[in-house]
Amino acid sequence: MNTQLLIQLLVNGLVVGTLYGVVAMSFVLIYKATQVVNFAQGELLLVGAWVCWWLLTKYQVPFYLGMPITLVFMFLFGIAIQIVILRPMIGEPIISVIMVTIALSTVFSALMKWMFGVNLQPFPRIFETQNVNILGLQVQTVYLMSLAVSVAMMVGMAWFFRLSKYGLAMRATAFNQQVAQSLGISVKSVFAMAWAISATVSAVAGVVVAVVNGVSAGLSAYGVKVFPAAILGGLDSVGGAVLGGIIIGLLENVAHFLDSEYLHWGNLYEIAPFYALIIILMIKPYGLFGTKDIERV
Amino acid sequence: MAGQTLIPAGDFRTSYAADTTVFPTTTSRNAMIAGIVLICFAPHVVNEYILSLLIQIGIFGIAALGLNIVVGFTGQISIGHAAFFGFGAFTSAYLSNRFGIPVFFCIPLAGVVTAAVGLVFGLPAARLKGLYLAIATLAAQYILLDFFARAEWFTGGSVPASAEPFSIFGYMLRGDKQYFYVVLAYVVVCYLLVTNLIRSRDGRALVAVRDHYLSAEIMGINLTKYRTLSFGLAAFFAGVGGALYAHYNQVVSNEGFGIDRSIIFLAMIIIGGLGSIMGTLMGTAFMVLLPESMEWLSVALRDSPIDQFLGLKNNIAFLREMAIGLIIIIFLVFEPDGLAHRWRQIKAYWKLYPFSH
Repeated sequence: MNTQLLIQLLVNGLVVGTLYGVVAMSFVLIYKATQVVNFAQGELLLVGAWVCWWLLTKYQVPFYLGMPITLVFMFLFGIAIQIVILRPMIGEPIISVIMVTIALSTVFSALMKWMFGVNLQPFPRIFETQNVNILGLQVQTVYLMSLAVSVAMMVGMAWFFRLSKYGLAMRATAFNQQVAQSLGISVKSVFAMAWAISATVSAVAGVVVAVVNGVSAGLSAYGVKVFPAAILGGLDSVGGAVLGGIIIGLLENVAHFLDSEYLHWGNLYEIAPFYALIIILMIKPYGLFGTKDIERV
Repeated sequence: MAGQTLIPAGDFRTSYAADTTVFPTTTSRNAMIAGIVLICFAPHVVNEYILSLLIQIGIFGIAALGLNIVVGFTGQISIGHAAFFGFGAFTSAYLSNRFGIPVFFCIPLAGVVTAAVGLVFGLPAARLKGLYLAIATLAAQYILLDFFARAEWFTGGSVPASAEPFSIFGYMLRGDKQYFYVVLAYVVVCYLLVTNLIRSRDGRALVAVRDHYLSAEIMGINLTKYRTLSFGLAAFFAGVGGALYAHYNQVVSNEGFGIDRSIIFLAMIIIGGLGSIMGTLMGTAFMVLLPESMEWLSVALRDSPIDQFLGLKNNIAFLREMAIGLIIIIFLVFEPDGLAHRWRQIKAYWKLYPFSH
């Protein structure tokens, strides 16, 4: 048994998993607040990463300036999507809403390919040192950064929802829209804000992935991995999404380990999350922490 | 559906049988028959290119019809339809290559095998609904695609599988002109089958499941059975369409059965009209002609300033994808009932022409 490889892959899994967790968290945020299943989450990552890359390479903006500009842009971008496209869809059947987000993802991914090409573009170097030695294990600096950023975002999100006034308003809206409205909360602005925050958080994750792996159209694959993560944790549980993301990240890498060491089936890394997804849906469709949907007639 | 619109004054229905007839008036029936007869002459009139478009419309129309059963009539969401389409294509090629079954029988057999696979993936539908089901079918899409890449005995792996040309009683059909009639026959049979299915007890049960599944269950409709059945039916038509596609191209490669194709299938039925049988064909025609018309447009605009600014020639593939996405959004926001609804309005306008309001 190749312990070195296993540990390396587990570290990988943890890092990727926290990123999945962050993206799943922003996915769940939209679902919870607006009851929209966002199939375009991966494209929000992609747009964020490309915008940041564009600022950094074309305009030579330093990273500490480029990043905030990207985030502001994504914040406005999220609001714009909600107002222009999702707002007219309120009250439409679920299939229409799902189709709109699927169509959005097609539009954005094609637009990004059109504007920036299909090739992988390396991200400008941000850190001086490549590797850090932790307990005898070579860990890339970008991985540490990724982990730190992810955890920071999760903590930030937790603070926002637990302690800030607006977070409270959003929780109230998720709990019951009519009651929230009668208490003077503007449901419209909460909806827009949910998209804005989700787009911003996704963009941070997108930039982190871009720094690690470079930017390419393949980035939107994170949007698909969100589904196993969010379903595992429960579609309406923010904490569950984080945990689900980490589990899916670890699962992928363990599957990869088993595959390369023992099974030699190939491509198990890509497909294992989907088998997991089907199994979860069959035995526990509401996930680990999701609220069970009880229907009363 | 067709029954509720524009029956001439004085034409009363006195029985349920008369009320659920396929064609509301004699004229509409004659028009349909005349249309089918007219299109039989198409291979001798139109050129190769238009003929290939017509064949594509037919093939995708059959597969989209299957999707409309599950999405439009039963109200379940399936985002993995292209995988079933691909499965049908591979199955038909496999059956004819491996067992030497004549292609004539391979196509319906491929439909049946795909239906069996569809039933397996439809099992989650018994428990899940709405977006959970959408996500389950998304997983099915990826799992089936992975299976295609993995199962070399079945699909040939990275080498495309070859598919025999269509033959009937030892007579080999060669070329698009002859294949057109095969597709036409399948289109007519499939559309008639589904029209009649919707008129039957089972069809009404499917619609009841869509409209209010709790009421449907209270009325004694077995939800599990009908939800799974709708997936099986959808997969059947996808399989038949895929098999026709395989024997049309005579090679089946792993390409073209991905999630983007599934999205195009969904776009077809949304643009055509969810729960409308003739709308499915209209939507399919729209979605087949849309990329082509963009091609024409880019040729027409060659070397013009717009072309130089957008780089149309190199980027046409991305522009097509974007157009597909934008069209779906536009239809969902402005015309959720699809082309079928628009067509009905046009008909109503002309029927009542001077006094249309």
